[in-house]
Amino acid sequence: MIAFYFIALLTLASALLVVLHRNPIYSALGLVNTLFLIAVSFVMLDAELIAMLQVIVYAGAIVILFLFVIMLLNVESEVRSARISKIGTAGLAFVLLFAVELAVFALVRDPSGAQELPAGFGSTELLAETLFSKGMLSFELTSLLLLVAVVGAVVMARRKVES
Amino acid sequence: MDLLISFVLALVALLILLQLTVLLLWVERKGSALIQDRVGANRANLFGGLLPFNLGIVNTLMADPLKLFHKEDVIPKDADKFLHWLAPFIAVLPLFVTFAVVPFGDVLVIGDRVINLQAANVNVGLLFVLGMVSLGVYGVVIGGWASNSRYAFLGGVRGSAQMISYEIGMGLALVAVVLTYGTLDLQQIAREQGKLMWGVIPAWGVFYQPLALVLFFIAGIAESKRPPFDLPEAESELVAGFYTEYSGSKQSMFMMSDFIEVAIVAALVTTLFFGGWQVPYLQRDGFHFPGGFFVGVPSLVVTILQVVSFLVKLFIFCWLQILVRWTYPRMRYDQLMNLGWKRLLPIGLANVVVTAVLVLALEGFTIK
Repeated sequence: MIAFYFIALLTLASALLVVLHRNPIYSALGLVNTLFLIAVSFVMLDAELIAMLQVIVYAGAIVILFLFVIMLLNVESEVRSARISKIGTAGLAFVLLFAVELAVFALVRDPSGAQELPAGFGSTELLAETLFSKGMLSFELTSLLLLVAVVGAVVMARRKVES
Repeated sequence: MDLLISFVLALVALLILLQLTVLLLWVERKGSALIQDRVGANRANLFGGLLPFNLGIVNTLMADPLKLFHKEDVIPKDADKFLHWLAPFIAVLPLFVTFAVVPFGDVLVIGDRVINLQAANVNVGLLFVLGMVSLGVYGVVIGGWASNSRYAFLGGVRGSAQMISYEIGMGLALVAVVLTYGTLDLQQIAREQGKLMWGVIPAWGVFYQPLALVLFFIAGIAESKRPPFDLPEAESELVAGFYTEYSGSKQSMFMMSDFIEVAIVAALVTTLFFGGWQVPYLQRDGFHFPGGFFVGVPSLVVTILQVVSFLVKLFIFCWLQILVRWTYPRMRYDQLMNLGWKRLLPIGLANVVVTAVLVLALEGFTIK
């Protein structure tokens, strides 16, 4: 329990670093840290496979690409302004809304409905079986969506070169 | 007691790794000398050369690290101080823990206690290694950026692109291996390889997945940023690449991360493709030769033989990587990207498809 609160606190702190730091490189590193700590939470929930995939895919690949782009574009540190922008206001509103939702959920939920975990929970076999039987359609649709996104990105990049 | 055993196992794994790293530093210096017909490191001798034989090995092992850790630690004026300090640690720390999941023996039986010779038995061990190795990229990228130097920056950018590209080829090679053995647990993979193919050939990965071995070895060398894939630190183009602005102990940490990666690639090649700690025909009670010959061996001797077998294989593949490093010239950047994306990736994909079809078609083919 102490471990959970410790990790949760660290996760929140690094998530705040992502949003609040003025240097985009530090923000990206905060994001890596957040994702890594979420992976640690997954390990504590016996979902080792998900944790490792989280580290490999998000921390190991996606955020590295973020860093790559930030470094190539040479994004300057953001100048801090006293005024909160429109996007900032909208963001704050959503944070409040989400907090209320969480609070309601925490009050309403019935802990007696909790079930014992099935045997082998979080194992690769069980996850793969669920993913490729129950989740087959959404799995394939997601991969199609990603393919479309990749093709779209290539098309847009090509067009710019020609013009 | 269990805690003590875990502690000792973790210590053994860490010591294997650290000793190997320091030893590789010497082997690389002497090995390169051998290849280039030079004498190599011979200045650090005990007692001023009064002894008839050269104790250079002992002394170079100590002199090199000592020298590096005594040098002044220079931080460039315009560097990002915190990240400049942090980068070498990020480069080294994830690599240290990877060795925890590599099995260096089967089981050690003391009394009625059976100890699994692996520091941490993670059931997704292979993914753990991949994840930790992929985190090592951050050291390169951050080190390159935080130095605030053009050379270092270019090295960092090159490093991130290269390592992401080759991670894919590496992953695909590993998928084929996982399909063959049906598990992600490295100890389990090593145990599966103790079985025999047609009763004669050991069921090592090299016989089931020769193509995956080649792909994995190439991608592994590229991941460890050593020649012919050392573009992030290409000394003729970028001074020293991402660690140009590092000196003393921090520079030595980057160097150490290189050698640790060599050791990790060697350990993975050993475990996945060459039976890990397996000695051909050696089971837990002795040698079972084909044709029904049986030679009994005490359990402790079996364990020792297995650990020695693992270490010997580990050394062979470390040496092979050093040979490659001193044999091939550096690739051009476009050649590097072509090899990664246009060769390794399609071959790896084809290998996965063929393996999957074979595994499905010959359900008995897998050693389950």
